[in-house]
Amino acid sequence: MDLALQLLFTGIGIGAVYALVALGFVLIFRATNVVNFAQGEFSMVAAYLMVVAVEAGLPYWAAFIVALLGMALLGVVFNLGVYYPLRHRTYLPVIIATIGASILLANSVLAIYGPQPQVLQGWFDTPGIQLGPVYLDSQYLLIIGVTICLVIFNFWFFEKTLLGKKLQATSQDKEIASLLGISVSTMIMITFIYSAVLGGLAGILVAPVLFVSIQMGSTIALKAFAATIIGGFGDVAGAIIGGLSLGVIETFGAAYISVPYKDGFAFLVLVAFLIFRPQGIFGERVAEKA
Amino acid sequence: MSAPSDNMPIPAPAIHSKPLLVRHLPYFIGAAILVALAATMRFDGYVHNILLQATTFSIAVFGLSVVLGLCGQINLAQAAFFGLGAYAVGLGTNDLHLSFWLCLVGGCVISLLAGAFLGMSTLRLGGHYLAMVTISFQQIVTLVMINAIWLTHGPDGVSNIKRPDLFQTSQSYLAFCVAMLAIVGYLVWHLADTKLGRAMRAVRDNELAAGVNGIDVFRTKIYAFALCALLGGLAGGLFAGGFAYVSPDQFSFAESIVFLTMSLLGGVASPIGSTIGTGLLILIPEWLRFLKSVPGLYLAIYGLFVILIIRFMPDGIWGFVADAFTRWRARIKPTPAAAALQLKPATVGGDIVLEVTGLSKHFGGLKAVDGVDIAVRRGGVHALIGPNGSGKTTTLNVLSGLYQATSGRIVLDGTDITHMPPHQRTAAGLGRTFQNIRLFRSMTALENVEIGAERPGNAMVGKGDDALTERAMEALTFVGLGSRANELISSFSYGHQRLIEIARALASNPTLLLLDEPAAGLNSTEKLELHELLKRIAAQGLTILIIDHDMTLVSEAAQHITVLNFGRRIADGESMAVLRHPDVVSAYLGSE
Repeated sequence: MDLALQLLFTGIGIGAVYALVALGFVLIFRATNVVNFAQGEFSMVAAYLMVVAVEAGLPYWAAFIVALLGMALLGVVFNLGVYYPLRHRTYLPVIIATIGASILLANSVLAIYGPQPQVLQGWFDTPGIQLGPVYLDSQYLLIIGVTICLVIFNFWFFEKTLLGKKLQATSQDKEIASLLGISVSTMIMITFIYSAVLGGLAGILVAPVLFVSIQMGSTIALKAFAATIIGGFGDVAGAIIGGLSLGVIETFGAAYISVPYKDGFAFLVLVAFLIFRPQGIFGERVAEKA
Repeated sequence: MSAPSDNMPIPAPAIHSKPLLVRHLPYFIGAAILVALAATMRFDGYVHNILLQATTFSIAVFGLSVVLGLCGQINLAQAAFFGLGAYAVGLGTNDLHLSFWLCLVGGCVISLLAGAFLGMSTLRLGGHYLAMVTISFQQIVTLVMINAIWLTHGPDGVSNIKRPDLFQTSQSYLAFCVAMLAIVGYLVWHLADTKLGRAMRAVRDNELAAGVNGIDVFRTKIYAFALCALLGGLAGGLFAGGFAYVSPDQFSFAESIVFLTMSLLGGVASPIGSTIGTGLLILIPEWLRFLKSVPGLYLAIYGLFVILIIRFMPDGIWGFVADAFTRWRARIKPTPAAAALQLKPATVGGDIVLEVTGLSKHFGGLKAVDGVDIAVRRGGVHALIGPNGSGKTTTLNVLSGLYQATSGRIVLDGTDITHMPPHQRTAAGLGRTFQNIRLFRSMTALENVEIGAERPGNAMVGKGDDALTERAMEALTFVGLGSRANELISSFSYGHQRLIEIARALASNPTLLLLDEPAAGLNSTEKLELHELLKRIAAQGLTILIIDHDMTLVSEAAQHITVLNFGRRIADGESMAVLRHPDVVSAYLGSE
């Protein structure tokens, strides 16, 4: 029972990371109707930026800001270089281009940094606190805390601010939005920047828990994508619930079934959902009326 | 039986004079020369290995040209299928001491089944699902190869892989692989012009239109995907026999990306392109060896390639060449003369062709169509009209199966089609056009109409491709575009595209033709032509159900009118009477 509680905590911690990346997926999907397969690489690149900045002697908080600014810039470049030129084509070329971008990002980092995984210190000096039978790792606490704050921020931003409303309008009907004087290309740019920063944040948060490696991007992206399907594609709440449940399932699977196949559980859960409930827990948010 | 018709059957000219195998003879001669060269020329070991790799990789890339090029579905796990075939041969001949042939076939079957399973679980959903699921599958296969040491020997890989007794020397084995390449290449090349190949291209260009033209979209995609997996498995088996050693890193996600890049670079739609792309991407790294000293640099360049090709050369090297050739050929290729189109709508039921009772379609709380009854009499033109938002197009979409009815019953010529998917309704005798034209944009006018003619159960088409082409030509000539049959859709004006869509529906010899706002966007001359065309169609006894806003067209063409407003039927009957009906007048002009 104590072990189960401990696993539950760890699972929610790791699941929160998947949820953040999944959120980035969903935002870009809703704005552009394409899935950005380089979303996971945003996390990986941010983690490396963080490592570089810390090694360069910056204080942790400054490195954090530098890394996130770098991600915002990457969001801009990604939009202009990968998505924007293809915006009038069908989804398939765009998907392939984002896959190309994902390969390009991962292997550029590999070419620069080499295959050796890097280590990033956690934010806090204290490793964690003991709460009854469960040991609460400080980094996991941070991840969960930041995720909760971001979910609240997200809700406030999209539902209560004018910019958020404009972004929503753009994602629902680009033509009408542009007729109403909303600059669609600016809105899409903002979405890419926001998603890149969100993905980057997830990468920086999870880096001290995992090693900082080239593979971390694709691993996280797969889990996050599975999370969006489990939650219900295109649904914000679904992405978060899906991410958390996947983290928990995976952690329990690794503890009770098999460690080497840990990364395979997401796939099994994914296929099970695709066969039995493809619309996910909350149902895919596509309007039925064509 | 059939409707009165003035058309006398005229013997149609033969379109292809020579049988297929004779016309393709140059290909086989070329292939035989290549096999002979591979069997006799002396290569040193290095060149031999490169040739063997290029040959086997090409076969795997052919798979992508089927699934991605023809059918427009993505597969990011081709290296995994390649690996399944390779491990089947490796483990089978080494650990189990089975015959090479048995293992090769076994590997193909395993790949095929894995592909079919993945396809069945995913292909009903959007393309992004398939991309992610194939990546996940790729990761699982790699995990198993590395971790299931009892089965796969783990990271060490499998060595001492046997070859068939017949091809023990590396020279003869290479010749065998080249022969396999030629055969598979021929089949893949020819596939595009078969019924299945046309269905795949139709699905790629427009799934919705493919469905209402009688193509089972889901099944077509599964066939394409399973075929791709099968070719991957075959290529992997040949690869394993050739190099006698396989290890997990040869079948990683990175290799899948390499396969994808090969396919995109050469030209995704054709086996020739696949071979060009594969050859180039095997040779370039050999020429630029210094790049290999930095890990990751190669794949980074491949990733950049993918982005650039997609943006600047979406059809690849071969697509670029072939496109120029097609345009040139379309200009010089004479279009065969065609006999007059015969329409013989089937008559199974009684006087009523289409009987709709209590039809409803609700979107959440919105009752777009609410308890509508329509009875379409055999022969003549029946119009469905109503103000904007009255539920006309929704009704049509429920009739053709794009939406499922919330309640009610649809009977077409005695068959209850209420719960059928679109392609089965088409097989049952329904033809339709779309308000916003949905043609297969990468095909010629003739090919578009051929897909219509290919409707299952079309009694007006004989056996074989020539009969199909003949029927399609007749339909195109009927709408007045016979002389431009070999032009690509993009070169036709909007009005002509609409006519091609009608020809596509007519070629299938439907029992009932649904026309969704055919006059929308046409100028006045084109509208007159359309009116003439409708008359000629109706003269052959085909029943038409038309939706349109154009009151002149509707009142002149239709004998019977049903009026909808707010999803309900407000009037129904003989045209002139209905148009004078006070409810109809107030729905259109507002009440006093």
